Amino acid sequence: MTSNWNDMHFDILKEIGNIGSGNAVTSLAKMLNRKVDMFVPNVNLVEFKDVADFIGGPESTIVGILVSISGDITGIMMFLMKMESAHALVEIVMNGMETSEVWFNEIELSALQEIGNIMVSSYFTSLAGLTSKSFIPSIPYLSIDMANAILSVPAIEFGKVSDRALFIETSFAVDQVNVGGYFVLVPDMPSFKTILSALGVE
Amino acid sequence: MAGNMIIVGMADLNVTKSPGALTTLGLGSCVGIALYDPHSKIAGLAHIMLPDSTQIANRSNLAKFADTAMKKMIDDMVRIGARKEAMKAKIAGGAQMFAFNSTNDNMRIGDRNVEATLKLLRQYNIPLLAKETGADFGRTVELYAEDGRFLIKTIGHGNRVL
Repeated sequence: MTSNWNDMHFDILKEIGNIGSGNAVTSLAKMLNRKVDMFVPNVNLVEFKDVADFIGGPESTIVGILVSISGDITGIMMFLMKMESAHALVEIVMNGMETSEVWFNEIELSALQEIGNIMVSSYFTSLAGLTSKSFIPSIPYLSIDMANAILSVPAIEFGKVSDRALFIETSFAVDQVNVGGYFVLVPDMPSFKTILSALGVE
Repeated sequence: MAGNMIIVGMADLNVTKSPGALTTLGLGSCVGIALYDPHSKIAGLAHIMLPDSTQIANRSNLAKFADTAMKKMIDDMVRIGARKEAMKAKIAGGAQMFAFNSTNDNMRIGDRNVEATLKLLRQYNIPLLAKETGADFGRTVELYAEDGRFLIKTIGHGNRVL
């Protein structure tokens, strides 16, 4: 299994995606201490060249949070948001304080970083629970730039083994305000094997 | 944007003649390699993701790697009338999008893509006229076959012509 993944491998990744993103939204709701309605996530295997089209096009400005993972499983995980969602979430977190309309100030940037951190960490907590493996997440790194430029980071990492990525679109409503984000999961090849065998496949 | 602008995707390449133009959107750690023959006014643009195809098992897409993309692009340009000896190069991209403080080689992929590209240009003896690489932001580029003009657009870091 060096370069060819079959449908069963992808089905397993998809299921992990479902569980992980559900956990992530639950954690966010706890942090916000608000009622959060979650919609069924959209889990897809997308060719990297098409990923940007899901987030508004290759040149659209998006917020990307990246966490690198070490431990039993290594790789990178990203949480992406469109600018509208990022602004809406910042507004909720800042709880009535005045917020920036176009770009973000320092406090808003760290709020975004923390939102991304919670989403990614809780995703990995559920993955750790499923596989009984340990993960050590890095601090969250933030970048706001063109979708393609941000996506080049996981695309390159994944590009060594596959032209497809596990892409999870998660949407939820906080006090009737619809927001959403996207997980991109990129385990490296040996880690993917570890995940599969921990789940009893192969 | 001109009507005859050809979009080059990620891990993709294309060539065109004047008055055509080529663009690739949102280069991050990837590198955009622009080749241009001023005599025949033929241009080629590649959006490479990785420095070296020989390190990778899955290498079916030639445009994904600096080495195989460069060779294919030169061949494709020659096929429509360009001369390798006349070709000039401009490159952009190779950013580090996230501020890792990491010694992990994988995370320095932008630098490695740029280094590999420069090395290949020396091997093929193609002079580098200009480059805008590194830093931590994305770049969209446009290459005009009419005069080899290489336009770089960014979000929040200005636009310029190389």
